[in-house]
Amino acid sequence: MEKARSSAVLFATLLLLWIFLNGSLAVDVLIVGTVVSVLIVLLFKSSLAAFSELKTTPQALRAALQYCVYFIKELIKANIRLARIVLSPSLPVKPGIVKVRTRLKSKMGRLLLANSITLTPGTLTVELKDEWLYVHWVSVESSDVEAATTSIVSGFEQYLEVMYG
Amino acid sequence: MGTLLDFIGGLLLVTGSTFLLFGGLGLVRMPDLFNRIQAGAKTTTLGTLLILLGMFFLQPQWGLKLLLIGLFILFTNPISAQVLARAAHRVGTEKCAKTTVDRLEEDLGEKS
Repeated sequence: MEKARSSAVLFATLLLLWIFLNGSLAVDVLIVGTVVSVLIVLLFKSSLAAFSELKTTPQALRAALQYCVYFIKELIKANIRLARIVLSPSLPVKPGIVKVRTRLKSKMGRLLLANSITLTPGTLTVELKDEWLYVHWVSVESSDVEAATTSIVSGFEQYLEVMYG
Repeated sequence: MGTLLDFIGGLLLVTGSTFLLFGGLGLVRMPDLFNRIQAGAKTTTLGTLLILLGMFFLQPQWGLKLLLIGLFILFTNPISAQVLARAAHRVGTEKCAKTTVDRLEEDLGEKS
């Protein structure tokens, strides 16, 4: 059951992608897209974690939306801060690699978290081991695990937790 | 109306290019590889997204394809940055003198 649902989600995603790429709803385009999507779903049935773990409750969808808004805000902030560092003559960096812990359990949730961290102010995920993330930080504020977790991870985690659990 | 859209599109293109310029500047100025990756990953993501958005204002009929390119960049850019950083750390790339702490190295040291 769970498998069927995730297969269906993958199929729909692939077909939608195909239609977007073609920019048309002609019958021949749809037929080719359907055949190829079915083939891909059959081939990759065993590795569908990304789609089966996503929840589709209204709360999850709202969290996904809030996550997107928050993410864009953080991305812009990251770029402005980086521009300020690069443009100042003294180059005020204080780099280091800190360790943070995530509460997220699902693989996809952790992947999104790692990606988000990389694109937000001054942080870059270097290594991901179980619940531990090693993050390179341009200006280290605290090397303590708890404090670093609060300031790097928590912002995204609150949304991803609802989306993936 | 057309000129207004052109204006917004042009403005977005210039803003995006400016961020890309900062990214390039960051590549030159940052002291070590990890900081350079940071400069590269963030600016190329936002810079390219802004340029894509600007193109959308100039050529609205490209919208769907631009959206796909944008999503692709959003997912692949950070992953490539992470993989580069991880590979660099594993082969022991030198960190700049200002580096304060390296928890990853500490943890690896304990295990081996």
